[in-house]
Amino acid sequence: MTLNGLSVFYGENLAVRDVSFGVAANRITAIIGPSGCGKSTVLRSLNRMNDLIDGCRVIGDVAYRGIDIYAPDVEAVEVRRRIGMVFQRPTPFPKSIYQNVVYGLKLAGIHDARDDRVEHALRQAALWDEVSGRLDSSALGLSGGQQQRLCIARALAVEPDVLLMDEPCSALDPIATARIEDLMAELSERLTIVIVTHNLAQAARASHDTAFLTTEVDDHGNRTGVLVEVAPTDRLFAHPIDERTEQYITGRFG
Amino acid sequence: MTTVRTPSPSVLPAHRTDGRNRARSGRRLDRAFSGLTLTAGLTILATLVGVVLATATFAWPAFRAGGIGFFTGTTWSSQTNTFGALPMIYGTVVTAVIAIILAVPASLGVALFLTEVCPRRLRGPIVALIDLLAAIPSVVFGLVGVLAFHNVFQTVFRAITGPKANGSSLLTAGIILAFMIIPIITSIPREGIATVPGHHREASYALGATRWEVLRTAILPAGSGGITGAVMLGLGRALGETIAVALVVGSAIQITPDITQPGTTMAEIIANRFNGEGMGIERNALMGLGVVLFMITIAVNVAARVVVNRAQRRNAGT
Repeated sequence: MTLNGLSVFYGENLAVRDVSFGVAANRITAIIGPSGCGKSTVLRSLNRMNDLIDGCRVIGDVAYRGIDIYAPDVEAVEVRRRIGMVFQRPTPFPKSIYQNVVYGLKLAGIHDARDDRVEHALRQAALWDEVSGRLDSSALGLSGGQQQRLCIARALAVEPDVLLMDEPCSALDPIATARIEDLMAELSERLTIVIVTHNLAQAARASHDTAFLTTEVDDHGNRTGVLVEVAPTDRLFAHPIDERTEQYITGRFG
Repeated sequence: MTTVRTPSPSVLPAHRTDGRNRARSGRRLDRAFSGLTLTAGLTILATLVGVVLATATFAWPAFRAGGIGFFTGTTWSSQTNTFGALPMIYGTVVTAVIAIILAVPASLGVALFLTEVCPRRLRGPIVALIDLLAAIPSVVFGLVGVLAFHNVFQTVFRAITGPKANGSSLLTAGIILAFMIIPIITSIPREGIATVPGHHREASYALGATRWEVLRTAILPAGSGGITGAVMLGLGRALGETIAVALVVGSAIQITPDITQPGTTMAEIIANRFNGEGMGIERNALMGLGVVLFMITIAVNVAARVVVNRAQRRNAGT
């Protein structure tokens, strides 16, 4: 995916200005930056989740396989079926484990081999062994980490090309976090992952590329997110080019 | 030598908030407050029990005289002292069911429009308007029905079902009732739907759901408890509504499958017939109708509670 001159407005307020970078296929790209710098806003513009917010306006383009997902003839619903998303808090529906995973298949009108697809998705999300005996019990009975992996399985069931993760571990303990990170590494062999994280160690550990955003404050006190630097993760953490990146990753800012 | 005046010996070490009998007065206030709330609670209970006892006692002679015939009889006559409640029960149920059938889709539509479709700045004014609808006195609804719409209804009914149709009928009462309960049925699902966690909605959109699919698969199921509860509440209101129905229902003690014909309801006949002294056993019979109506509304409310609780348990996932 390629972001080209992406700016996002909430009403009159410019939340993110002129962000351009590429997301390499089959790699994990982390978006880091201080609170309020627009990390999540950028992420949510990659599958048009921002469309759901009243007064949100997007300028610039986001190319997915060479096609601008904001082009007038592109349906947001189609975009979201190809570009999945996992949220900050686990968001299982109050249904059974099976019903949660099959949900996207039903929406997509996929009828064949549903059981196999559910099993495959749960295996991919490293959850199958823990839940295979109780697919019909409520998803709300799972632990937080299991619920988050269930949400990943649910997103994977419709076989997206890209998985967007919005601070997927911020509500989880370190063990559950480690499992999700291992899972990301496995998944990146087959799909592209973009993850927003406020946890620098996580970005350093678990991502291949990192984009650093920060906040600029104009004379009127309006805060706008801008892209500072994007590079392979090793390089960005070892030799940041921009002074603001260095300050942030060494803990002197934000 | 200083001593800390502790009102009652405390096992806790002395503290700077000790003294001035703070603990004791606090405890006294606490106890008074508990007493007050307990009294308030008991008053409600006593009222409920009192109403049941008073109406049932007063209605007893009619129940005893009529036996099962009180519930199955179709004649209501003070000349012959035969009191059969079936036409009233029939009319009550039919008008309420018509009202529910008309009001539920309309209310759900409004509730979903307000929570899911309507631009935020229009939401406030529209909600205020709907609440105003609830504030219209029921007698005004009745007058509007009888004065403004009687002829309209009659013309429309006759065009559809033939020349016998009457503007004062069970159907008219059902339609007027529908308007009266729309605000009730709208407000509760509106809150219920608004409290469907935003993340269910988002998660569902993120999986490529269309707006309708999000409504159908994520919002309606999660809001179903509130919706059912609201419908039951509306039903209770429709069953018990008196004055508006009395003005438009036609006051005919008969059981007819043709809903464009006049009929009666329990509340209607109580309001129209009850006129103080010298009524003999009809007074007791009317009170008996009150008991039956009360029992039906209690049953509806209990059923609503059960349904809502079950839905809540399902949402909680146990």
